[in-house]
Amino acid sequence: MQALTSRARQVDRKPMTFIEKIYLWNIIKGMIITFKHIWKRKETVRYPEQKRPFSPVFRGLHILNRDAEGRENCTACGLCAVACPAEAITMEAAERKPGEEHLYREEKYAARYEINMLRCIFCGFCEEACPKDAIYLTETFAPANYKREGFIYGKQDLLIPAPGEKNKA
Amino acid sequence: MNIDWFFILEKIVLISGVLVISLVVAMYSTWGERKVASIIQDRIGPNRAGFMGLLQPLADGGKLFFKEEIIPGNSNRFLFILGPSLAMVVACMTSAVIPWGDTLTIAGHTISLQIADINIGILYIFGVVSLGVYGIMLGGWASNNKYSLLASVRAASQIISYELAMGLSLIALLMMTGTLSIKEIVEQQRHGGWNVLYQPLGFVIFLVCSFAECNRTPFDLSEAESELNGGYHLEYSSMKLGFYLFAEYINMFISSALMASLYFGGYSFPYMDSLGLAPNLVTILGTVALFIKIICFLFFFMWVRWTIPRFRYDQLMRLGWNYMIPLALANMLITGAIVLYRSTH
Repeated sequence: MQALTSRARQVDRKPMTFIEKIYLWNIIKGMIITFKHIWKRKETVRYPEQKRPFSPVFRGLHILNRDAEGRENCTACGLCAVACPAEAITMEAAERKPGEEHLYREEKYAARYEINMLRCIFCGFCEEACPKDAIYLTETFAPANYKREGFIYGKQDLLIPAPGEKNKA
Repeated sequence: MNIDWFFILEKIVLISGVLVISLVVAMYSTWGERKVASIIQDRIGPNRAGFMGLLQPLADGGKLFFKEEIIPGNSNRFLFILGPSLAMVVACMTSAVIPWGDTLTIAGHTISLQIADINIGILYIFGVVSLGVYGIMLGGWASNNKYSLLASVRAASQIISYELAMGLSLIALLMMTGTLSIKEIVEQQRHGGWNVLYQPLGFVIFLVCSFAECNRTPFDLSEAESELNGGYHLEYSSMKLGFYLFAEYINMFISSALMASLYFGGYSFPYMDSLGLAPNLVTILGTVALFIKIICFLFFFMWVRWTIPRFRYDQLMRLGWNYMIPLALANMLITGAIVLYRSTH
């Protein structure tokens, strides 16, 4: 029969000889192999002290961005929620009142903005869909939590701190 | 009546010492097992609890003690508790006849570093080790679970099969030494060279069979996870499970000590009589030598475990009955012929 790859080998189905039947020789060969591994380089990454770098295209937790004056970029247009294949994003829009110009960049803003991190598949489509440069994926991942509710991230979890505001994280 | 209080005290101290040492060695065998596994698999192994993970066995023991204790509703409660206790007691009992060293002389008293130098030491060990099967059998039976029962039946038939070859390989040794006392066998090797030089085939058979007796890989069919959900201790939890696992390590320690004593000169080491040191010092050095030999054997046990996959049950039985026993018989015949030739010429 034509072999499918160059690595194919015919299986040896000859009956075992006496030496093979008492296994000792093959066991010794195997033990020499494992003994050599004592001096091999250890592959362990000592995690909390030693971290492996993420890939440059890693997509982690989301943030909501602000502009240079510290105003929220998001206008609650809903394009990210539409783009989201996992339907992880929900939001409620609100109108900017006079006197709130320093908080929100445009006339409309997201009063509530939630991402369910258990639904999210970190595809990054929200980032691509956003016309206002408001949502970005970072290089961290969601920490463990005891409850499902803890994985629903609201605005206070997602918004980056405004300039002058103390960093909560 | 005149009771020799010093003798009783000496034996109590010796028994406690040997017991504590076997337990500590068994404890640290679990650590060693994990370290050996990790270095063979290019990992680091336990390194969090204490320096190089040396406190890991304490953490494991503490965890086992505080785990929830579950006794299955349909099990036989008495037998269920008796199983692991028996395994543990039997594992500890074997250490009584192993000579841990020569004699110490303290304040005019001569103390033998052996708990009981009985003249049928090897028979005693065989008897006690055979009792060890009951621990596994009772555990598997009392669990009232088909997997546990199957595993214990496997363990029993495996141990019985390999005990034959083990006994036959030992008979060759006994024909050569002419004694059943382990102490005397060691003393003969002290003057005449290690038995492994005269009985290489017998030693290999004994080694393979002791793997089977200890239920160690590649013969750990009684705890084959993939087919028996963990084997005879499937229903056990908490420290009762710990006792079973611990008994396995104590058995390993004792069989290492036995192999070192029977084939590798026990507490004797080369040139021990020509060093010209104080007898007490030589005795202590001899005990250290014995422990070095034991540690080498323990490493060997672990090394084999992390190299060889488990045998299939029919392979195990064929190896035991078709190859080990005939080889042991041949070894016995050859030894017998040589002993006869030597005695007539």
